[in-house]
Amino acid sequence: MNIWLILLLGGALTFGMRFSFIYLLGRLEVSETLRRALRFVPPAILSAIVAPELFVQQGKLFLSPFNFRLLAGGVAVLVAWKTRNTLLTIVCGMAALLLLEFFF
Amino acid sequence: MSQAVRSFWTGVRAEIPLLIGVAPFGMIYGVLALGAGLGPVPAQMMSSIIFAGSAQFIATQLVRDAVPALIVVLTIAVVNLRHLLYSASIAPYVRSLPLRWKILLAYLLTDEAYATAILHYEQGEPHANSHWFFLGAGLALWTIWQASTAVGILLGATLPASWPLDFALPLTFIAIVIPTLKDRPAIASACLASMVALLAFALPYKLGLMAAGLLGILAGTALEGQNSSKGAS
Repeated sequence: MNIWLILLLGGALTFGMRFSFIYLLGRLEVSETLRRALRFVPPAILSAIVAPELFVQQGKLFLSPFNFRLLAGGVAVLVAWKTRNTLLTIVCGMAALLLLEFFF
Repeated sequence: MSQAVRSFWTGVRAEIPLLIGVAPFGMIYGVLALGAGLGPVPAQMMSSIIFAGSAQFIATQLVRDAVPALIVVLTIAVVNLRHLLYSASIAPYVRSLPLRWKILLAYLLTDEAYATAILHYEQGEPHANSHWFFLGAGLALWTIWQASTAVGILLGATLPASWPLDFALPLTFIAIVIPTLKDRPAIASACLASMVALLAFALPYKLGLMAAGLLGILAGTALEGQNSSKGAS
């Protein structure tokens, strides 16, 4: 099954990266460029995942005040920026979406 | 109490503040994985086999979107690349341990265990039993991650299907990404990646995600290089 392939390969690669230098110490070095580039993995990849979730609906760009996911996402960005609290961000974003869907 | 046991429990205690932040994440993961159609057993197994929070969330979303397995694996690998750095940074401290210890500690080398262990090695008072401290911190996190995943899976089975729970995934990512936007290169990297992802969202196999991610990483790295060379001159 596909899901087991994902688990086994994904797990093997993850373990491999965690084990790499611990095992090969002295025979392998992280280049300075790679070290610098890695800092940008979370902002780039996560933003690339989030943007279509907020802006695209039913296969189309949806720019409108009635795009509730975009509005609720905006609320979440504000809360995350002000509080840096993960749980609060999720709760506020979710509440915003439920309220908008309930009232409109 | 032997020094090894004492060191183990000191590690567990040092990890506790991080566990408070991790437990809700594990529960949310469990709920979402079930909602994405993973099935309770694979959902739980992902927490023990891959054992890496953000990669699990992303894999869950890609499985929900029926992305081909190899693309999911590739994405997991890219998201987990940072573990290379953890491995490199912790390696000198565990170099004299037997292989079975190295394997065990590498398996437990998550963001949170790394943070606690490296603090102990670099700023605490490392001793001959420091690997027990690392083991305590790592196992504490492992236990809470497995347990909170299980609670999430149980909880997920009881939540009404009409709730827009899938929206919790992008919200989780927003909560993770915003604190990483500390300077201009990071913000530029995120903005460019978002725009490319929107322009390319129609590409098959989530190739748009890969393209957007790679371009964002390149842009951030290039901008930072420019800034630092300016600063040096």
